[in-house]
Amino acid sequence: MSILAFTLILLAGAYLAGLVGSLTGLGGGVVVIPLLTLVFHIDIRYAIGAALLASIATSSGAASAYVKEGITNIRLGMFLEIATTIGAVIGAFIAVYTPTNTIAILFGAILLFSAAMTIRKKNQEALAVGSKWSVKFKLNSSYPTKDGVVPYQLNHVGAGFSIMTLAGIMSGLLGIGSGALKVLAMDTTMHIPFKVSTTTSNFMIGVTAAASAVVYLQRGYMDPGIAFPVVLGVIGGAFTGAKLLARIDPKLLRYLFCAAISFVAIEMIYNGYHHQF
Amino acid sequence: MKRTSKRFLVDHDIEQIIGWQLRLGVITASVIVGIGGLLYLMQSGRQARPPYHQFLGTAAGFTTLKEILTGMQQGDAKAYVQLGVVILILTPIFRIAFSLVGFVLEKDRLYICITLIVLAVMMISIFGGLKV
Repeated sequence: MSILAFTLILLAGAYLAGLVGSLTGLGGGVVVIPLLTLVFHIDIRYAIGAALLASIATSSGAASAYVKEGITNIRLGMFLEIATTIGAVIGAFIAVYTPTNTIAILFGAILLFSAAMTIRKKNQEALAVGSKWSVKFKLNSSYPTKDGVVPYQLNHVGAGFSIMTLAGIMSGLLGIGSGALKVLAMDTTMHIPFKVSTTTSNFMIGVTAAASAVVYLQRGYMDPGIAFPVVLGVIGGAFTGAKLLARIDPKLLRYLFCAAISFVAIEMIYNGYHHQF
Repeated sequence: MKRTSKRFLVDHDIEQIIGWQLRLGVITASVIVGIGGLLYLMQSGRQARPPYHQFLGTAAGFTTLKEILTGMQQGDAKAYVQLGVVILILTPIFRIAFSLVGFVLEKDRLYICITLIVLAVMMISIFGGLKV
């Protein structure tokens, strides 16, 4: 296959990955890894490099819109970024000593978990009284809704911080945004309304991914020939996805994609188990 | 009430600036990646696909800023793509710096410290014991 043909096919594949990532809320990066490894038989390390770039691009693009709407809790994001960036650097360092098959199995497991998280019951309630630490770190805030500005407080700051460190490690090790773990920490543990937790998680993904991306760039994980079609394709797909989401409620689509992605996750685990990476 | 409304104004401005900066970063990076990519296709589009199932690591080149700049001087399209990649990675790092400015304007000492810690972690991962 010539470079031209390879690039065009990869561009189309990355566009679809960006679209699916956006419609399911999983993010573009997470769909790129199985696409590159299972379909194109590219070494998983190149796939991780490309996926990190896709995560940075899509999360920064989406964050720019959310931040302007004032839903994102910038202080909370900044505070938790201490945990995710430290975790990401640890993850990127562990990655050198982790066999690629183990990484593939771990990736499959996280992908299954993420797919399950997207169809969970979402936390709509704003907590009225938070913990001592939420006040100390000025994490309580308010966000605009249809019925006016709603104040919220949060609790279990320590537990949330710990899960965020784990999310960072996974992000650094696997090259994904680990949005699902971030939302688990904020939504389920700290009791933040899901609109705030999803936008704040998205806000943090770029910084978390960049923390490990600088390490991976210097290790040669980012190949220009792969990065070029993947970055442009995923951005295009995510853009189309955002446009579609404004017009349709893709509930059925989301279930279908989540089922499909679960199969992909199982295939990653199966192949990793049989040492095919 | 006056205090909160002022804080809201500063917060709001910073939100606008961060939003604008993130968008600019992603657009600049994609344009450069796109131009570099087109050049790459013109230079080597007819060649066979590289053996991506084998991981070359740093041997493939363009893993340091120096290699990227040298490659650009030699007109290597891959170096231009990689420059776009570097700008993309820098976009969220610049966002941290912009947040820092916001917290300085608000005189929020706690968050100036928190933001500096995050920036320090970033610097450790960029320079910490790795070749640059």
